[in-house]
Amino acid sequence: MRGARNKLRKYIMKRLLQLIPVLLGITFLTFTLTYLSPGDPAELMLTATGVTPTPQLVEQVREGMGLNKPFLTRYGEWLTGIIQGDFGVSYKYGRPVSEVIIARLPATLKLAGTSLVLMMIVALSLGIISALYRNKGIDYLIRILSFVGISMPSFWLGLLLMYLFSVKLKILPIMGTSDWTSILLPTVTLAMGMASKYTRQLRVAILEEIGQDYVIGAKARGLSGRSILLKHILQKSLIPIVTLLGLSVGSLLGGAAIVETIFVWPGVGQMAVEAIFSRDYPLIQGYVVWMAVIYVLVNMVVDISYHRLDPRIHLEKGG
Amino acid sequence: MGEFIPFLRKNKSFAFFSILALILVLISVCAPYLAPNDPLKTNLAQALQGRSAEFPLGTDQLGRCLLSRLLYGTGTSLKMTFLLVTIVVVIGTAIGTAAGYMGRRVDTLIMRISDVFLAFPGLVFAIAIAGMLGASLMNVIIALAAVSWTKYTRVSRSLVMATKEKEYILAAKMGGAKQYQVILKYILPNISPALIVMAAMDIGVMMLEISALSFLGLGAQPPTPEWGYMLSEGRNYMQTEPWLMIYPGMAIFTTVMIFNLLGDGLRDILDPNKEY
Repeated sequence: MRGARNKLRKYIMKRLLQLIPVLLGITFLTFTLTYLSPGDPAELMLTATGVTPTPQLVEQVREGMGLNKPFLTRYGEWLTGIIQGDFGVSYKYGRPVSEVIIARLPATLKLAGTSLVLMMIVALSLGIISALYRNKGIDYLIRILSFVGISMPSFWLGLLLMYLFSVKLKILPIMGTSDWTSILLPTVTLAMGMASKYTRQLRVAILEEIGQDYVIGAKARGLSGRSILLKHILQKSLIPIVTLLGLSVGSLLGGAAIVETIFVWPGVGQMAVEAIFSRDYPLIQGYVVWMAVIYVLVNMVVDISYHRLDPRIHLEKGG
Repeated sequence: MGEFIPFLRKNKSFAFFSILALILVLISVCAPYLAPNDPLKTNLAQALQGRSAEFPLGTDQLGRCLLSRLLYGTGTSLKMTFLLVTIVVVIGTAIGTAAGYMGRRVDTLIMRISDVFLAFPGLVFAIAIAGMLGASLMNVIIALAAVSWTKYTRVSRSLVMATKEKEYILAAKMGGAKQYQVILKYILPNISPALIVMAAMDIGVMMLEISALSFLGLGAQPPTPEWGYMLSEGRNYMQTEPWLMIYPGMAIFTTVMIFNLLGDGLRDILDPNKEY
């Protein structure tokens, strides 16, 4: 037991070390983006703070922001800053980027969390029903619904729901965060596309397991269908599900930008879209790096949890 | 050609959705003849009108004919989506084939770079790239290509690695085939069915992503008729003229659905053993 725990600790250390080149790559790409983008940051900053950019002033600010230094030096300085949590100051808000993001993060995490739960409930129940009643009417119905779900643009679904429940029926708030009901429509909008996708994949995963020898063996031993499903099949299908959960965090964070914009939900996604239109580069950079770090860490936890779900998976291989 | 008709007869759903997809392509090509009005002509006096003989689906906030804009929008969507899918498949496969065929350092380097891209939540990064480069449809294509190529690189790499040790490849090499001949004539034709299925399944996904970025205002710029952007303009009039957001959404949804079903049909034909 102690050996296993040691091994796990070693594995976590190894994974953390592996994160370093990935994070270097992420930050480098993010930084290069600003470099490639049109427009002079010094001028943008001045305009954003309401100062008319004269050539002398721009030059002064350029010098002050270190924009006249070579590319790699600037990247190095920026990187040193973000390691200490300093992403610079947002042009638009005039506050440190991390502060702005941390203030906005809870709203996004709340929305992503409720969507994840709804997605899991829908995908699990429909996936199981669909697999158990394979090629029966209900299976076809679920498959058609899931097809509709993956072809539906989330922004259209969101607007349709808003139109139906807020404009026509007037039972839900149209946007913002007035009370607890305001999270319902954004959650459904964000969850539905992914739930449809995972219902299909779960159905396939379960059907593949049903054909396995051990299931036939369990049936032969006289175990009931339900206990086979709960004890064996679902346990085995959990691994693909957990992988999907990890990957879906990426879609949730990206999709949140769209859903938050529609429903004026005060999260980081809406902030990022606004930052793009006000050309607030430090804030966009901070957003990308923060989201990537969250995504990478979640997926690392997922990889580690594999081992708990199925001890046969060797940790070394997972890396 | 002689086998074509029986093939379609055997794969009825595939044939059906091919025809629907073909109709979409025809609509986009023939939009100038089908559209009752000029999609760009504004007339504020006729803004936000209901259906009429002149404007079968009514007009938008600038008095432009909604039906004409929807018809022209088909071309924008299809062109951009096919462009994106082609770029991603070609670049992704080329890089993946290089990695798989050359192996060693090239492989390690390419895979490490691809790891970095995989570590990004795709849409987040695409929004940032498109936003940084400036709002335009072309930049949306660049942004989505930048986050999507790795998938094809990984798949084609593993397919090439599995193929390159096969006997017929060795035989071709011994027969004096040059490296590029081996790749072009023997390896690529063998791995392409799997990649084609992937690409076909991706058409719908990519179309949704392009229109999503346009919806956010990062893609198509006015007055280009593009469904995602039309939807975003239309939502401001949701209370009074809901059709302005309902029709463009329906156009995206139907088109994506047709291509998704087509992709599914194609996969069933090329990879029939798997249960989906």
